[in-house]
Order: sequence, then structure tokens, then C-alpha cells
Amino acid sequence: MSDVKKFMYLNRRAPYGAIYAWESLEVVLIGAAFDQEVSLMFVDDGVYQLVKGSDTSESDMKNFMPTYRTLGDYGVRHMFVDKASLEARGLTQDDLIEVAWEDWETEEEVDNIVELVETDQAAQLLSDSDVVFSF
Amino acid sequence: MKLSVQVNEGPYQHQASDTAYHFTKAALEKGHDVFRVFFYHDGVLNGTRLTTPPQDDRNIVNRWVELAEKYDLDLVLCVAAAQRRGIVDDGEAERNGKDATNIAPKFRISGLGQLIEAAIQSDRLVVFGD
Amino acid sequence: MADLYTVNKSPFEKNSLKDAIRFSGEGASILLIEDGVYGAVSGTAAEGLVTGASGKKFYALRSDVKARGIAEDRLIDGVELVDYAGFVDLVESTDKVQAWL
Repeated sequence: MSDVKKFMYLNRRAPYGAIYAWESLEVVLIGAAFDQEVSLMFVDDGVYQLVKGSDTSESDMKNFMPTYRTLGDYGVRHMFVDKASLEARGLTQDDLIEVAWEDWETEEEVDNIVELVETDQAAQLLSDSDVVFSF
Repeated sequence: MKLSVQVNEGPYQHQASDTAYHFTKAALEKGHDVFRVFFYHDGVLNGTRLTTPPQDDRNIVNRWVELAEKYDLDLVLCVAAAQRRGIVDDGEAERNGKDATNIAPKFRISGLGQLIEAAIQSDRLVVFGD
Repeated sequence: MADLYTVNKSPFEKNSLKDAIRFSGEGASILLIEDGVYGAVSGTAAEGLVTGASGKKFYALRSDVKARGIAEDRLIDGVELVDYAGFVDLVESTDKVQAWL
């Protein structure tokens, strides 16, 4: 077994209605210190976590949406979105935030690591992971 | 097999902590190495010694404690989740100026890094939640 | 080798079973636990999820089936009952576990 594992965080919950999305994000942030290969997968209501335009000013809840935009700085390399879940909710990639990524050593840059995937591809990505975190 | 278990739900509200307990117990009885049981979200409520279920019901907290005593299990409550939900040990009481503690014996409070470490160290991570 | 997928939701409450099937490949093992065991019952509007899934093996946790008053002869053909020791064996014999909550 190699020292680096492929971590997949499987997100299937909408934000705000329950704390799962926010506390899951906290795991990703803390996990950055462990230098594993980290990807996130958004399925079902989990796709709502990435929708632009969240305003919690009238709800007195912590707005954690800006944190998603910083995930590229926390070692997250891929944020996969199940296309079928997105389409079922009347959404397109234009409705989702963009997350940039840069490798500080190689200066390799990616403008947006949020990527729509088909079911077969998502299944393969989940299968290829060493650990799947569910919340 | 070395495995770790993650528990996302509190006792009684949801069956997840029952399932996690029975699974963990079965794994230990089969001779597997349970590296850690990590309690997250409302799962941290499995670790309060103040739980008082009716006498004709199972005591979920004591069950974990007894399992930990028998097998020297590492029961870890996530610190951030525990702080939000008022689960306090001596260290947390002192740090945050609380006038009481309620953590059950054999449980300890530590960071989320313990979950990541468990995932890295173990052959399998098994998640129980809602 | 393939993964073990655990499903703990009734198919009438949430699409966890449907998705576990959708995102699992050939040779997958799908274990129904807690309210997930309702997905193993024949003669329901949801039975097609299991009967229509090819190339996958379905299991149900015996204690959860019994607790819910589901008679064994009501289970969909091919669904295998396991106890907790069997659950542990499934975890060991598969590549990893995906919890579809």
C-alpha cells in the first residue's frame, strides 16, 4: 500500500437544512494537512452545496459557501458533480461556483476544478478511491 | 483486518449508533483489530455519562464503555462537534471556562485529524449515519 | 473485486438504494441495513430496484429484517440474510465500504 491514499468525500446533503454539509467541509479542511489525494463528489441534494448566490444575512446562520471556493488551497484536486442529479434539479454548471486550483511548486494551474461527470464515470471514480467518507 | 468505524448519529434518535456498536462488537469477537471508533456530528452524544435511559431499554453509552474496557477500544469524540453539542472533558472545561464535565469513561475528545489518521491507518473505514 | 455498499434508508423515503445501485458496478455487494431492509421485500412498488439490478449481490441484515416483522418468505429471491458476523465478513471480502445513507 502506498503512503498516499485516494480519499473521496461523498456529499449527498443540501446545505443549511442540516449541519452535515458544513461539518463534512470541516473534515476536508482539516484533512488537507495529511497530504492525501483528495476529491469530492456531489450527488443528489449534495449538488445544492455548490450553488452560487447564497445569502444567509436574514437567517442568522453561518454562510459557509465562500469556504468551498478556497478548497483548491486545501489540497482538493477534484470536485465532481453528478450530472444527472444536477439536471434533475433544473440546474446547469452555470449555476455552480467555480473553484480554482494551483500547484505552488509546479505552478500548474486549473481555472475550475468543479467538473460534471456521467454516472459511469462517477461510479468508476468512487470505485477507484481507497476511502469513501459519507456524512 | 484493521478497521475503523465512524458514527455520525446520536444514541436513541437514530439506529446508526446501535448498528455501529453491534458491528464493532462482531468485528472484535472475530479477532479483527479495531483501530478507532470516531464519533462525529450528533454521534458525539454517544459519549456523555449523564445519559439515563429507562430501565427496560438498552444503555447505549454504557455498552460502548464496556466494550472499550474489554477490548481497550479507542473511542474518540470530535472536538469541534463536541463543543457545539456540549460534551465536555476536564481539558475542555478548563479551556472554555465550563463549570462541569460530562464525558463518559473510556471516551476521549480529540481533533478531526484522528478521523483522517484512522482512514489512513486502517484497511477499511465503515461509516454509520443517517 | 468490488465494493460493499451499505444502504440504510427505506426506498420509499430516499433514493439511497436507487443510487447505490446506479453507482455500483458489476460484482458489487449491496447490504441493506436498518430501514434499508424494506428494499428487500417482494411485492412492493420498489421491488424492481433489486429485481432489475443485474450483476449485483444483495444482502439484508437479519436482525433488522426480524425487528421489522418481515417474514423471510417475503424477501425478494436471491437476497441473502446475514448477521453482524456476516456483515464483518462482507467488509473483509470486498475492496472497501461505501455508505449510501
